[in-house]
Amino acid sequence: MSTKDNQLPLWEVFIQSKSGNPHKHAGSVHASDKNMALQNARDIYTRRGEGRSIWVVLSENIAASAPEDEAELFDPADDKVYRHPTFYRVPEGVKNM
Amino acid sequence: MTEEEKLTRFNSKIDKEEKIEPKDWMPDAYRKTMIRQLSQHAHSEVIGMQPEGNWVLRAPSLRAKKILLAKIQDEGGHGLYLYSATETLGIDRDEMIQQLHEGKAKYSNIFNYPALTWADIGAIGWLVDGAAIVNQISLQRTSYGPYSRGMIRICKEESFHQRQGYEIMVTMMNGTPEQKQMAQDAMNRWWWPSLMMFGPPDNDSSHTKQSMRWKIKRESNDVLRQRFIDKTVDQAHFIGLTVPDKDLKFNKSTGHWDIGKINWDEFHEVINGNGPCNKQRLAHHIKVHNEGRWVREAAMAFAENETRTKKELVTH
Repeated sequence: MSTKDNQLPLWEVFIQSKSGNPHKHAGSVHASDKNMALQNARDIYTRRGEGRSIWVVLSENIAASAPEDEAELFDPADDKVYRHPTFYRVPEGVKNM
Repeated sequence: MTEEEKLTRFNSKIDKEEKIEPKDWMPDAYRKTMIRQLSQHAHSEVIGMQPEGNWVLRAPSLRAKKILLAKIQDEGGHGLYLYSATETLGIDRDEMIQQLHEGKAKYSNIFNYPALTWADIGAIGWLVDGAAIVNQISLQRTSYGPYSRGMIRICKEESFHQRQGYEIMVTMMNGTPEQKQMAQDAMNRWWWPSLMMFGPPDNDSSHTKQSMRWKIKRESNDVLRQRFIDKTVDQAHFIGLTVPDKDLKFNKSTGHWDIGKINWDEFHEVINGNGPCNKQRLAHHIKVHNEGRWVREAAMAFAENETRTKKELVTH
């Protein structure tokens, strides 16, 4: 017996928990179109008031950096301590800086 | 990077308690084990809706019915979180369902037992979800990122499942002699299968050692089982239920409850397809899956049609 059939395209779900917060990845759903993806995301990921806004995007449309590129991409930031305020010495007595 | 260097890096991540993420390199055996465990967990959530679904139309009050519906909806949701986490390992949903239908993927043995009376709904919530929670709390620290995040979410939602089950048992134990008898009978039938949910004893468990090394599992079957027993025995006694084990004894030197022998022959019988409801559970899943096929096809046809219409509007 073959059960091979169409489980509908995969969408990634991002939920904003409250106004002002960023949308955060929650998981994925299967749906035939945007509207169904939003509906399914609401039913699956916001049963207890976890959200006030949902984004869905087709999984195949997401490009992600490769784990093996991690060092190449992000290490250059490590030796730029002068990008942090604590790098600078402020003369004693100077306030509100 | 050579395979060996990749493996060293992988192992050092595990040692440092870092999570393995979907795009990270992982040994084939890790991926395979993870798919097996995660899909089995997902299938369990979904199949687990069946014994409880049996009681939705016969719940004794509107309050009880609403609670039961919410719990079953959660189980469906949990199945979907876990399918979604499994898909990050490169297996698609079709294949997982096919494996379930062909008997290649398992689901938790416990759902091959029937829910005979309303007290069973109490016993399932209290004992079955109680056992699942002990296991899932431990799995919040599993090494695979998506699984760990799923477990954290599921544990948050499940705490009401066990409480609603215990509440049913409390209510029945405060009821008529017949109701008390019904609660005790459910306890008698669900106690041992709940203990079996943690899997075979550590020295017989083929997967435990490697899974512990990879931190897929964080604690052994026997450790988790004992934790569940210690929590649950007192809860049973508190409401006047007898644990159906004549050898049950509190061990003062270890501080744990010692139990009698678990009937592992029964466990293997049920795993091998000879439990009371194995055929019924799978047949129901296959039937509903096939009945839903036209809906999925229609939804896709509609979506394709919409896209085509839009394109035509743009070009004309």
